[in-house]
Amino acid sequence: MKNKTNQSNGKVLFSQYNRGDAIKKLSGLSREDVLYELKVSKLKGRGGAGFPTSTKWMLTAAAVSQEKYLICNADEGEPGTFKDRVLLLEHSELVFDGMVVGAYTIGAKKGFVYLRGEYEYMLSSLEDFLETMRNDNLLGESICGIKGFDFDIEIRLGSGAYVCGEETALIESLEGHRGEARNRPPFPVSKGYKGKPTTVNNVETFASVVHIVMKGGEWFQKHGTDKSTGSKLFSVSGDCERPGVYELPWGTKISELLEIIGAKNTKAVQVGGASGICVNKSQFERTLAYEDCSTGGSIMVFNETRNMLHVLKNFMEFFVEESCGQCTPCRIGNTKLLEGVEMLESDEYTFAYINKLKELGKTMQIASKCGLGQSSPNSFLSILENFKDEIFNGRGGKYGK
Amino acid sequence: MLVVEKNSLTDEIEVLVEKYGKERSSLLPILQEIQRNHKYISDFAQQEIARLLDIHPVEVYSVITFYSFLNAKPKGRNIVRLCRTITCDLLGKENVVAAIERELGIKFGETTKDNRITLEYANCLGMCDQGPALLVNDKVYTELTPEKAVQILNSVR
Ligand SMILES: Cc1cc2nc3c(=O)[nH]c(=O)nc-3n(C[C@H](O)[C@H](O)[C@H](O)COP(=O)(O)O)c2cc1C
Ligand code: SF4
Ligand code: FES
Repeated sequence: MKNKTNQSNGKVLFSQYNRGDAIKKLSGLSREDVLYELKVSKLKGRGGAGFPTSTKWMLTAAAVSQEKYLICNADEGEPGTFKDRVLLLEHSELVFDGMVVGAYTIGAKKGFVYLRGEYEYMLSSLEDFLETMRNDNLLGESICGIKGFDFDIEIRLGSGAYVCGEETALIESLEGHRGEARNRPPFPVSKGYKGKPTTVNNVETFASVVHIVMKGGEWFQKHGTDKSTGSKLFSVSGDCERPGVYELPWGTKISELLEIIGAKNTKAVQVGGASGICVNKSQFERTLAYEDCSTGGSIMVFNETRNMLHVLKNFMEFFVEESCGQCTPCRIGNTKLLEGVEMLESDEYTFAYINKLKELGKTMQIASKCGLGQSSPNSFLSILENFKDEIFNGRGGKYGK
Repeated sequence: MLVVEKNSLTDEIEVLVEKYGKERSSLLPILQEIQRNHKYISDFAQQEIARLLDIHPVEVYSVITFYSFLNAKPKGRNIVRLCRTITCDLLGKENVVAAIERELGIKFGETTKDNRITLEYANCLGMCDQGPALLVNDKVYTELTPEKAVQILNSVR
């Protein structure tokens, strides 16, 4: 395995940082100082949902409890995403230092990294890294001499369930249960792990925090767009010359990204993984940003030779398998959508029925209990819409266009 | 299961409960270690874990069946998981499948007669920029060709 990262142009996340610096800086900063910089930075969560990090941390910091928890979500299960793998392996210092900053800010003594089971091979090197931090007093008791600041991190493994990336399912899993999403409210910030106030953030969110502490919120928010500040790591795969991880400012156009990665004869770009949307050529001038094509960073490129119905079928099989089965819209709905794709494949459909399935998809978006079922119809709806000429061509979508 | 085997399994679980603590949140790490060491979690192991953590055995079973990496049924000594998600699929997963199945004489979902390998599919392994990808137990292999995949599996003991 190798890491094909293009880190030379990284202006924010891959900018200069020395291990431990953000933690050492904490001795001169109050919680409020950190929260202030975060607010100015306008950082939003990098795990997909885009919730403002300063708000989440402020709520957990304000919650009254002796016990609070900090969780780094390293479940990275969205098809086409692998930037957290690169951060964890090549920039462990950004992730773990970010967690220490988080613990200081919200007042947590214990942190977890929920690492997907598929990444077990990283475990020993990450454990070694934590041990070094303990030896350097970057973890443990009175961290960097700050009295009363005690914090340690434990890495827990997942066991091959995509839904455990959903924060309440993740917490269930950490508590030793099936990874089934909880009803919200209450939100984890008030009742999370073991019923205590808990902050859950994505790997990349923690990595961003470190740079905000070092260089300031003002500096951070100069990158990207007004609503999407800073930069984003994009995991690029599929039909292009240079797949890999890229750091780009938010607001980059899809067409610009395609240029950078050397994609030719591109027909479709799936933005945001299986739960994201699929855009066609006419939309390549759209931007990657929370306010336009929002994404946790998965970019999958398909060229003219690819059969979009085949792509869609692969996604729907994924959701049928990964639905936790707790609620009906998602459990039954995904199966129905997959059956619909199979009907299209064998050319045994009526438009009336397909329209009903589209309605079903919209119902799932509203009625499902967690983000899995709420977002799983996205690719169904966007692929049928954006590639209708190819799919309804009377040949079961075969031979492309 | 022989009595000696049962006793040693009980010992093993006792050590794990000691290590992770006698609480519900230790269940997953304990199951993961038993799975790692034995490639499945037997009925007896489930009962012992339940007893030592003071929860109902059905709870243990229910958790095992939820997670695709935990098994209540015996598996081969090595579990091979090939990524079947779209990017690996487009990069030639099917050819790798055909070659592996031909060489081992079993289909995905099956275990070789000598109990050496169980073949399974997995969803995206986070290696999409270098697919097709597969895991042999916890080790990851990337940029597979049919030939390379077969070589890797031949070297597994
Ligand atoms: C089905 C599903 C899977 C998810 N998987 C992940 C994941 O692997 N990593 C992640 O950071 N967030 C994932 N999320 C989002 C989390 O629920 C949560 O919003 C996120 O961890 C919050 O961190 P952030 O604010 O830093 O983005 C997932 C959500 C859903 C609905
Ligand atoms: S939406 Fe799907 S994954 Fe989420 S709770 Fe319902 S069944 Fe489970
Ligand atoms: S699609 Fe196979 S590793 Fe992601």
